Parts: sequence; C-alpha cells; structure tokens
Amino acid sequence: MSLDEFPSGPQTDELMKGDRVATPMYEDPALFDVEMERIFGKSWVWVAHESEVPGKGNFVLSWVGTQPVIVSRDRKGEIHVLVNRCRHRAASVCEIKKGKTSSFQCPYHGWGYALNGDLRAIPYSEGYSDDFKKENFGLKKLRVETFEGMVFANFDHDAEPLEDFLGNAKPWIRLFMKQGGGFPVKTLGEHQFKVPMNWKVQLENTTDAYHFPIVHKSFLQSLDGEANETFSFMDDDDGYVEDLGNGHSVMVMMPELIDLDENLDAPIPERFKELAAELAEQGYEDEKVRRIVRAVGGCGFNLNLFPNAGCSLSFFRILRPVSVNETEIRHIALGMDGGPEVANQMRMRLHEHFQGPMGFGSPDDAEVWERVQRGSAGAGDVDVMVNRGLGLEKESKNGLPVGDISAETGMRAAYKQWKKVMDQ
Amino acid sequence: MKDMAATDVKLQDIAEFLWMEADLLDRRDYDTWLDLWTEEGFYVIPVDKEGDDFANRLNIAYDDAKMRKMRVERFQAGFSISSAPPADSVRTLSRFVIEGAEGDTVTVRAAQHVIEDKFGRQRMFAANVTWKLKVTEDGFMIRDKVIRLLNSDGVLTSISYLF
Repeated sequence: MSLDEFPSGPQTDELMKGDRVATPMYEDPALFDVEMERIFGKSWVWVAHESEVPGKGNFVLSWVGTQPVIVSRDRKGEIHVLVNRCRHRAASVCEIKKGKTSSFQCPYHGWGYALNGDLRAIPYSEGYSDDFKKENFGLKKLRVETFEGMVFANFDHDAEPLEDFLGNAKPWIRLFMKQGGGFPVKTLGEHQFKVPMNWKVQLENTTDAYHFPIVHKSFLQSLDGEANETFSFMDDDDGYVEDLGNGHSVMVMMPELIDLDENLDAPIPERFKELAAELAEQGYEDEKVRRIVRAVGGCGFNLNLFPNAGCSLSFFRILRPVSVNETEIRHIALGMDGGPEVANQMRMRLHEHFQGPMGFGSPDDAEVWERVQRGSAGAGDVDVMVNRGLGLEKESKNGLPVGDISAETGMRAAYKQWKKVMDQ
Repeated sequence: MKDMAATDVKLQDIAEFLWMEADLLDRRDYDTWLDLWTEEGFYVIPVDKEGDDFANRLNIAYDDAKMRKMRVERFQAGFSISSAPPADSVRTLSRFVIEGAEGDTVTVRAAQHVIEDKFGRQRMFAANVTWKLKVTEDGFMIRDKVIRLLNSDGVLTSISYLF
C-alpha cells in the first residue's frame, strides 16, 4: 500500500515550500496514492449539479477522486452519493451515465439496491444463514451536502459541514449563480477531455491569468474589438486574485461583472445586440432583456474550489485525477432553466467557441499542461515556482492575501490547503 | 453555377470527391477546403450520439461559414500553441453509403478513421460522417457535414485539426 512508501507520512515541508513546490508533486505515483486517501478521501468533493438529477429516480454517474460513484435522487427527493460497487463481489451496479430508475441491480448475481443504496433483494437468499443481515450490505454511502445547487460528497462522515468548508467562497458562489438571469441555473451538456498531466496542474490553472494573453492569443484574435477589450484583463490594473481560505480562491478578471444585477443600465455590448433585439421582439420587458443578456455573457471571475471544482466565468470546470500523470477535465455548460431558447443557444455557442476538445481555447491549455508534465520529467531537483506576486500582496477583509490579477496567490492558497490536509 | 439533379450521381464520383476532401484535410490545405463549401451549411461534431437538433444542444463544433473561416484562421496564424505545429494526421474513408437524393442534394455517409501523431504518441479517432452534397455542373459542394465520433460523449483528447 502507498503509505508504506512514507513510513512517517510524506515530507510535506519538502514538497510544499510556500513560494514553490517540489517536482515530485507532479511526478511521484506513491504521493498520488496518499493524496487520494487524504485529500479526496476526506474533503468535500464536487460530484454533480442538482439539475443533473432533477426528479425522483434520476441518477448520474460521477467520481470522487479515483472512485466511481452514483449520484441519485430517491422517492423523497433526497440526493444520495453511493460507491458504484456491489457489496457482494464488487461489480459496478450501473454503467448508464445518466437516467431514471427505481433501483440498481448488479448484473453478476442480481443483488438489487434502492435509490438510497439500501440492499433490497438477493436472488436465492436461502443460501445465506440467518446471521446475514441485508442492512449491513447496502452500497457504501458518502456524506452529501449541497450549496446553491452544487452537490458535494465526502467519504469522511466526521468532516466539518460543507458550508463551513466553503466559508468565504459562499458569497462568490451566490454571485456566480446570478447568471441564471432570474431563472434557475441548469446544466446544458458538457465537454470532456483528458490530458497527460498531474491534477494539480489543472488546479493551478483556474486562477492563472498570467497565461491568458500568451496561450489564448488565437482566441483573443477571433473576438471583435469590444469583446477583446473585455478579455484584456492582464493589461488593466483593477483585477485581483484573493485567497479565500481552505484552499479556495477567486480571480477577478472583470470587476464590472462581479455582480451581474448591478449597472444593468450600461450599454449592451455589440455582440449581444442581436440577442437583445430578438428578446425584445419576443415580448420581454427592457429590464428583463438586460438581465438575460448580462447573464448570457457570464461572470467576470473564476472561483477555484479545492480540490476539484471551478466556477469559471460561465461554466463549471471539474477535474478528476486518474493517475499521477493523467487527469480528466469536464467543462459543463450552464444555462437558464425555463429561460428563452435563443439565450441558451447563445450560451452554448459561446461555450463551444472557447471550451472543449475543439474550442479556440482549451486545446491550447491542454497543450501547455501536457508540456508541464513533459518538462517536469527533467531536473527533478529543480522546483516549480508559484511565487509571482509575493511581497506585493495586500490583506483582504478576511485577513487573507490578495494579489494583483496575475499573482499566483490562488495557487499558494490551494497548496496551503494541500499541506494542511496531507499533514492531518 | 448551374445546379444538377442529384438522383443520377455515381458512388465513384462521390468517393473521389470525399477522398479529395480527406487529402486536403490531411495536408491542411484549409483554404482550398473552405472553397468546397456552400455558404449556408454547418460543420458539426455533436456531443450527443443521437438526435439532430444541433442548435439546441452543446456540440464539440457547430460551425457556420463564419466560424469555419475563423477556425481556419486560428490554425493558420501560428499563435495557437496546439496547432503550431499541429498533430500530423492520416485518415481513411470507407464504407460509403448513399442515403438519398433530393433535388440538387445527395446525402452520403461513410466510416472514417483518423490517426494523429504528436510528441511521439499516437491517438486514434473513429467516426461516422454524413455529408449533404450539392451537385453542380462543376462538381460537388459541401452543404453540411456531421461528424459523429464513436466516443463523442466520452472523454476525448484535444484536437488541433479538422475531421
């Protein structure tokens, strides 16, 4: 087992040194196994959005670290997160990605489980003595809590409440959900791709504004002048990155788009004028039109939630560690549940423009992330620097560091939490 | 350009046209490729395995003429690290089936395998591809092209070229 490699636990002081991290952070498979136990085995991990399981009997497959789980909604409307493993001889009980059911039945010997994971039926049960109690053999259950529609699960039943863990990130999550434009936020589909990189390379990137004008130059060139201006946050001096505690951080790229309900009188950007005209034609009042149009453009910040979720401008970016050098990424598009079709169409077109395996942005991200993994195979004694902005930071009202837009403050926040959890 | 009836086109002519398109794409002669298109059609790579209401679904690519042109410009400008240089690709097209013909349009589908090479690693994609081709006096034009990757709703890898 992995912990044998570290008789007294991994030497986290040598791996996370505040302003830099050691190369084995990306390269050591034994360290990866310890991370899966101590971080993904004990933290609140994002597993789904409630709109993926909208009704009774709905389920969706997901992951907590390397472990496959089912997110289900039972007949009372309660959400459960269950390890997708039969308690008899370990076969997965569900291989349909998303759907509706009344129970999960193992294909091997037919053990049947309720939506809440309870073991209900065993074929030929006379083969077990009276000592066998079905109530001891339900699907393994995780603790489940939700916040603003996001579903989190935790293997640690003694963990602090989700809301305590989210802490200072909570107001930012509420702001992020304003992009429902007055409608509930729902998922509109997703892009998935894998990259040969360590999961922390992705964790770092959600609050990395520094790379944007370099890696995404070709995306910026495909925008009209006004939109290009919106994304030129590296040239402005009003953006910032704030450590929110517990590993979370926020990178504010467009301060004017923090609260989407504010300044609704501002002129509608050129690229949204056609949409605004169409909504007006459909009979939406001017205020409603402005609110929907504003929501379509998304928020002006990336919120990074340790260890696996990002609320990024207008979508969820979810990472899943597969092995020390492989990570799967989900870019989940969001829209307005019950909102105008044309508005949701534009949300999807904007998502397709940047995100996913063939977007104008993500392939270039994937390329540089892979290059990090390829490069870190060399000079294992050299560290990875996350010191940008150190010595220039200010203090937030929460007493935590705030750096300028390109500071690596968010990465240091994540690595602080990494060390704290790994040392527990 | 005069339109022709699509009912009497021959499979051999269609295959030759689509092989020519495949060759253009492997050679990344994108300007010539753009000229094969009519203005109104879409280049689509859906996420969903079923259904064709692409406008109301999230796709991997959903390109009208403007987006096709922008995508090609991105590839050619040299500022996209994933496409400068891109992966090399070799593709084969086979199992052609003419699905139907109506007016000046013939619908054809085929199997496609693409193998890409970059960083000394190779990746493979398999797809069912459907074209709506406009038949003209000067040959075929592409009206719509829908590429259904075998693992479109699964975990893909980033793609720096066109199918």
